Amino acid sequence: MLSGDLIRLTAAELGAAIRDGETSAVEATQSYLDRVAAVDGDIHAFLHVDADAALEQARAVDARRAEGAELGPLAGVPIAHKDVFTTRDMPTTAASRILEGWRPPYDATVTERLRAAGLVILGKTNMDEFAMGSSTENSAFGPTANPWDVSRIPGGSSGGSSAAVAAFEAPLATGTDTGGSIRQPAAVCGLVGAKPTYGGSSRYGLIAFASSLDTPGPFARNVLDAALLHEAFSGHDPRDSTSIDAPVPPVVEAARRGDVDGLRVGIVREFAGEGYQTGVLQRFTEAVEVLESLGAKVVEVSCPSFRSALAAYYLIAPSECSSNLARFDAMRYGLRSGDDGTRSAEEVMALTRAEGFGPEVKRRIILGTYALSSGYYDAYYGSAQQVRTLIKRDFDAAFEHVDVLVSPTTPTTAFPLGERVDDPMAMYLADLCTIPANLAGNAALSVPCGLAPEDGLPVGLQIMAPVLADDRTYRVGAALETALRDRWGGDLLARSPYAV
Amino acid sequence: METETGSAAMGSAVTSGPATGGGSVLVDYDDALARYEPVLGLETHVELGTRSKMFCSCATAFGAEPNTQVCPVCLALPGSLPVVNGTAVESAVRLGLALNCSIASWCRFARKNYFYPDMPKNYQISQYDEPLCTNGHLDVTVDTPEGPREFRIEIERVHMEEDTGKTSHVGGATGRIHGAEYSIVDYNRAGIPLLEIVTKPIEHTGDLAPLVARAYVSELRDLVRALGISDVRMEEGSLRCDVNVSLMPRGGTEWGIRSETKNVNSLRSVERAVRYEIQRHAGVLDAGGRVVQETRHFQEHSGSTVSGRSKEEAQDYRYFPDPDLVPVAPSAEWVEELRAALPELPAAKRRRVKAEWGLSDEELRDLVNADAIDLVAATVEAGAPSGDARKWWLNELSRRATENEVELAALPITPAQVARVIALVAEGALTNKLARQVVEGVLAGEGDPDQVVEARGLAVVSDDSALGTAVDEAIAANPDVAEKIRGGKVAAAGALVGAVMKATRGQADAGRARQLILERLGAGG
Repeated sequence: MLSGDLIRLTAAELGAAIRDGETSAVEATQSYLDRVAAVDGDIHAFLHVDADAALEQARAVDARRAEGAELGPLAGVPIAHKDVFTTRDMPTTAASRILEGWRPPYDATVTERLRAAGLVILGKTNMDEFAMGSSTENSAFGPTANPWDVSRIPGGSSGGSSAAVAAFEAPLATGTDTGGSIRQPAAVCGLVGAKPTYGGSSRYGLIAFASSLDTPGPFARNVLDAALLHEAFSGHDPRDSTSIDAPVPPVVEAARRGDVDGLRVGIVREFAGEGYQTGVLQRFTEAVEVLESLGAKVVEVSCPSFRSALAAYYLIAPSECSSNLARFDAMRYGLRSGDDGTRSAEEVMALTRAEGFGPEVKRRIILGTYALSSGYYDAYYGSAQQVRTLIKRDFDAAFEHVDVLVSPTTPTTAFPLGERVDDPMAMYLADLCTIPANLAGNAALSVPCGLAPEDGLPVGLQIMAPVLADDRTYRVGAALETALRDRWGGDLLARSPYAV
Repeated sequence: METETGSAAMGSAVTSGPATGGGSVLVDYDDALARYEPVLGLETHVELGTRSKMFCSCATAFGAEPNTQVCPVCLALPGSLPVVNGTAVESAVRLGLALNCSIASWCRFARKNYFYPDMPKNYQISQYDEPLCTNGHLDVTVDTPEGPREFRIEIERVHMEEDTGKTSHVGGATGRIHGAEYSIVDYNRAGIPLLEIVTKPIEHTGDLAPLVARAYVSELRDLVRALGISDVRMEEGSLRCDVNVSLMPRGGTEWGIRSETKNVNSLRSVERAVRYEIQRHAGVLDAGGRVVQETRHFQEHSGSTVSGRSKEEAQDYRYFPDPDLVPVAPSAEWVEELRAALPELPAAKRRRVKAEWGLSDEELRDLVNADAIDLVAATVEAGAPSGDARKWWLNELSRRATENEVELAALPITPAQVARVIALVAEGALTNKLARQVVEGVLAGEGDPDQVVEARGLAVVSDDSALGTAVDEAIAANPDVAEKIRGGKVAAAGALVGAVMKATRGQADAGRARQLILERLGAGG
């Protein structure tokens, strides 16, 4: 097969072609490595690419096939791995100076499961430092461009992963979603991205930002591929106490089924109005009409506490991060600054942290330290936890009447690089619609629903379902995808300047 | 696991306040107690004897090569996560039950945030406002000239946490951080499970305060040992005590400002630290001064305390529930199972042995002071009469322990071996003198009592042929004594028995020898 044909295949098709011997894992891997070499200079999706290691993994898959071993659906399929997951054979930095060059002695559970599924890790993708941001501009190693328009942000924090998949540098990528860090980049890059139920995918080996919110999830160019990847790395992990000991919801089956007949769909009333781009709302409304035409029963639902979600999030996430990031102290690994034999340990710690952390990370550490301080705890962290409980109740109440909730994934399409770097509040608003699902821990997925007429950039539709009902988000996503593809006469991504 | 760790060099001056302990004015102890009433508080940390650490599967053995019992979790490598050790939770519940505490049906771990190089995460996983066990008590007995007095120590809480690594300061004169060239950290201890047992304020102990403090720690240690949840080796730091002391004027109602003396590591030191702090506080208060609320360090060599960091500018630990862990929720059924399976606790055991062995208060006290109850009880269980068992452990073996400067229980002899020696004496196979030689052999590592008897040839000569020869020779060698016995002076037999013992180098059964002498000389018994 020609290289261009190979990278145009879906992950599911590519896996099948490898299993059937129409191509090999090595051939597929080499095609993607060539693509990375050709375009990543423009995109900067990767922080680290290891061609030799990738080809070696690919050869191992081909060897297993030659021995007659039964290969899984994604065996031999290349993947881009967010640099927040530890990898034994590659540096892991979370895009921070403080971890530059650190080589972990162990694999994250997600990494282990990717390897076990035969996925070929091409390299590690760029991100906002410690996953704090919505544009990937907070990376210590430079920004990533949106393949739809390289002057714009690819979303964040998993912007390297979304850009890699959108630029056809990989058919699949991993991400982590703490406040929208998978769904928002998926939306602005025209991809499918899922935030599984919290505890449905393991955090072991995921460098923590906010422990009660961080959730690993998949990026793909279509719903079925996302489901296959979701299934490959999810499921109970005894090394993560918050991991749920239950079977992975049947997401692949749901993605294949893709029907919404009789399904009750709720539109969240609070996610519209001021701050929402007209074209985003227009494409969202059209998509909801499509669902209705497919037999879904659409109603409007009110979740009043969602209005407080952003505020609660910006107390809880910084509080947890202020403690989680305390371990970066120059004593055992990573950067060490100012250790010239005259300085105390405290001074070396302070200098290292001053030099090693970027401004957004420092802002959140300071915010969180303040929110947890004695005398302020109840007013800030305490009230935020109460809001969190109210948000869960709003979800519970809504799910008594509807099967899924839908909203725009993000209020606007991709904004220009540099536009919001000096305005943290504007940056934080990008996650307005995605944060409630993190606070409540339930399942959510973003699926493309068209290009905004005013700027021709992708718009995402978010589907939210109850805890462990991830399969419903895939069912709705797949139904919408099929219907819209018919309307568009093909994949949305085919219209991107970086389409192959 | 290979990790990038080891001798993380640290600079020298992490913390050190001015040492102000040197100039303390001490008031005579009795004078101090005449004017002030002490209030105590004790926080005790017990290192659990679980095979693995609190939140990972690393080994916990004491004394391993530095940084060999570590993994991504206890080194806090990025991405690693804690998982609670179920055995540690069980140990905590059992101690809580033994201390008559309520066991929470739901509680969480909290993070205690502060930076220090021996704490890899720069927060300690502990429990804060939701401890596992609350509101218990422990009764302790203190000897007074008027007889034993019992005190009820109220327990505020028992909670679970993890230990830190161990910092050593290299260079400099004192081994302390001040003046050191650099510091090294051993993370083997990081993550070892700890239980912290906190008392409520202990009042109305008067001049017995130091003894009450000591008795409490001693009783707690015995309780922990009886539960088998830790071997409690204070010299290895597996039980560490923080002693809080404050004074209020006699007749007053408002407590004074307290000092907290950290890491007091022996029973004797607990007693001395309380005594010293009472005298020091009284000195400050008498001079019209104000006691500084601070952490102090106990000086083993002088029995004094010196100022550590001041707590006046209180640390803000920013406690919050650890989001990496799920709540601990012991079911009522499980707690009741554990309660039913508790072993006999030390106080009950003391009451029982006192009755069973018919001991006086003083005899029981001697056993308690010698830390010998369990040893004697085990010896009795192995078949020895309690009187003999007590005698051996309190006399010969206590003497040996003192000579060797080890605890009685650390002597290399088992209660079963002691019971065997006692049995051999009772059978007449050993005299007391020989028995002491057998014990010496056992302690020297020569094997079981029977092996020592065999190897050293210590068996009493009691078979009639060998003994008969010795008796005949003694009679032949002392014809005049033999004549007196034949004439009815039975008391003269002692001289012949002495001759027999001499001839057999003390290994003869003296009673049997006497019997044979009288038979041979027709004097009857």
